[in-house]
Amino acid sequence: MMIESQGKTTEPQAAGVVLSEKARTLPSGEREFMMDVRTADLEVNMGPQHPATHGVMRILIRTDGELITGAQPHLGYLHRCAEKIGENVEWLQYLPYTDRYDYLAAMNNNLGYSMAVEAMLGEEIPRRAQMLRTICAELNRIGSHLIAFGTYGLDLGAITPFLYAFREREWMMALFEKICGARLTYSYLRIGGVFNDTPPGWLGEVEHFCDVFEEKHKEYVDLLMMNHIFVKRTADIGVIPAEMALDFGLTGPMIRGSGIDFDLRRDTPYMLYGELADAGAFDVILGSGAKGALGDCWDRFYVRVMEMIESVKIIRWCLGSIEPGPVIAPLPKVLKVPAGEAYVGIENPRGELGHFVVSDGGKVARRVRVRGPSFCNLAVLEAIMPGTLLADAVAIVGSTDVVIGETDR
Amino acid sequence: MQHGNLVHELLSGVAPEAVPEWATILVTAVIGVSVLVGLVSVLAMFSVWLERKVSGHIQCRYGPMYVGGWHGWAQSLADGVKLLMKEDMIPLGADRVLFVLAPALVLGSIFGAMAAMPLAPGFYFADINLGVFFILGMSALTTIGVIMSGWASNSKWSLYGAMREAAQVVAYEIPLGISLLAPLMVAGTFNLLEASEAQSGWFGMKWFVFQNPFLIPAAVLFFVAALAETKRAPFDLPEAESELVAGFMTEYSGIRWSFFFMEEYAAMFLMSIVGAVFFFGGFESPFTSLAEWAFVAESGADGVVTEAAGIFELPLLYHVTAGTVLAAKALFGVFLMMWVRWTLPRVRIDQVMTMGYKYLTPLALVVVLATGFWELILS
Repeated sequence: MMIESQGKTTEPQAAGVVLSEKARTLPSGEREFMMDVRTADLEVNMGPQHPATHGVMRILIRTDGELITGAQPHLGYLHRCAEKIGENVEWLQYLPYTDRYDYLAAMNNNLGYSMAVEAMLGEEIPRRAQMLRTICAELNRIGSHLIAFGTYGLDLGAITPFLYAFREREWMMALFEKICGARLTYSYLRIGGVFNDTPPGWLGEVEHFCDVFEEKHKEYVDLLMMNHIFVKRTADIGVIPAEMALDFGLTGPMIRGSGIDFDLRRDTPYMLYGELADAGAFDVILGSGAKGALGDCWDRFYVRVMEMIESVKIIRWCLGSIEPGPVIAPLPKVLKVPAGEAYVGIENPRGELGHFVVSDGGKVARRVRVRGPSFCNLAVLEAIMPGTLLADAVAIVGSTDVVIGETDR
Repeated sequence: MQHGNLVHELLSGVAPEAVPEWATILVTAVIGVSVLVGLVSVLAMFSVWLERKVSGHIQCRYGPMYVGGWHGWAQSLADGVKLLMKEDMIPLGADRVLFVLAPALVLGSIFGAMAAMPLAPGFYFADINLGVFFILGMSALTTIGVIMSGWASNSKWSLYGAMREAAQVVAYEIPLGISLLAPLMVAGTFNLLEASEAQSGWFGMKWFVFQNPFLIPAAVLFFVAALAETKRAPFDLPEAESELVAGFMTEYSGIRWSFFFMEEYAAMFLMSIVGAVFFFGGFESPFTSLAEWAFVAESGADGVVTEAAGIFELPLLYHVTAGTVLAAKALFGVFLMMWVRWTLPRVRIDQVMTMGYKYLTPLALVVVLATGFWELILS
């Protein structure tokens, strides 16, 4: 019996094995059957409703058994015209919309937009406001990385670390609730400063949080990051070499995981970060390829987990030098921004969050353009997913730590 | 139930001559099956509740707390009612016959396997010579059901789940069977009751793991393979809820879905029983010895109590103690499985296969060989 393989076809609809029989009689009188075993790749939509796509993202995966031969992310399921809205509402009114694109790091989004507008206003921001902004942004970075940590464990089947991460995140959200009344979409950082001063004792609570968090952080490292199965699942998976990371314009933990020393907080110092970097208050965490090739999923995860400790350091520095004073620059209620344009990129938990704002001197922006880090980081999926297994696809998508609200805006 | 004679006596007590042989068998079968089904259902419900409590406490929360009052004990019952009342859905493109048959086969085979499970020294449904062989064979049948369900669902995710199950089962059935060979050699029997009896002595601590040093690695191998056999994390690849949505169960809902769930918990319990009987003393423990000793002291009998003597020939205390000891050991095994599930990440399919083929199978063979030599030298 001969089995003849015709190789793989790329017809998306054909799946399974098609048998067609041809028989012939051999000189010996025996019958020989010839079969065409035709195999085809299986195309499967991972999403839009899938537990591992972290929202409504669809990845069109082509698989040969469990092996992925092609992957293509499809976006747009959560598009809410955020940028267009920016051209229709007043400067300050747009601020709550920024909360909603990267809902896990709303403080950072507020910061990015406020700074872009402030760049055109040329207003001096009070020092206490800058301190509070830094504290909130870094607290929110911790909260966002906690989600990245927890959901990554969830993607890989470890459910418990997720709940541990939420235990601390809950506390962080309670702190934000005290300072601004909201738990997810804060709009606390305003154009010109912050919304109001801290309630009494709040800074002490933040300090307490930092103390406890440093203890709990060790738990995360032991429980998940150094877990043997976890390392086996993430090391050498989804490797992004440094060159590829640059080619795709990755930012944030994605590029630092590939060993490229790039952190906007230090490289384009804004607010207090220049001062912080000079004081050596924080280090930039880089992937080292400790468990596998440089730039694998484990390195990206490592960067996120260890960055949380750096954020704690920044918060501690701010808490140590914060002084009383005004928290918002005196600006008119109805803001008119002088004509011009400004681009400000800040280091969001996911990478460079850029706001390009154009004003024609009126109450409403002429154009608000957002450079979302998740959106830009997502493009690399197509390049690194082929050749991995289906289970690795989940690990890779998780390691990009996308927030779909921000890719689609 | 083995005590056909008991039923016969009861029936013939009512009307001695009017009871034909087949009536005895029929009544015995009906009673046995009802007890078994009831037992498995209650066990599964209890295990689900336990899982939720265990996972809750591991994850700094409480788990169910409201339904039924004390620690939400009726949560599983309420869930069962909910599942029963759900709409019975079969996807349009599904192979209807296989789709309906699959959960029934899965649950049926685990019921069948449970028939060979002893509950107390004199209380069991079937005293089978090749008891453990039967259990492994029947529980391997669930795999067919899982593959059937994955194929019949006409869903790609289900198909992936079925493929993984098919790949995984080959990698794990072999070490599972081989690792059990080691205690089987020490016991010299396939029968679960006799195996348990072979461990009596040393005041109830003459467990196989203490009799032969090579049975400790065998027990570990058995535990790992049993985790995979019961599709529990970290080997829950056929379900893999974060990768395959719900794997082979993706298209199932309502009571059919709960059949798969019940099978999982019943299989966990069954595997724990097998492990307890063949590694950790079965019915034997200091408590059992005490109860046995009390009976011997009371009756003045000088011989050793034979465990196959039957429930009404030994005091109830002894049977209850022995049954409780076995159940406690099995539940501890179930708890261990839950603990592992809520702690570890999931392994990848190729890692499962590598582990099964390259490490567990050779290791199990080595352990069997070493156990054999040890037994040979000692005897």
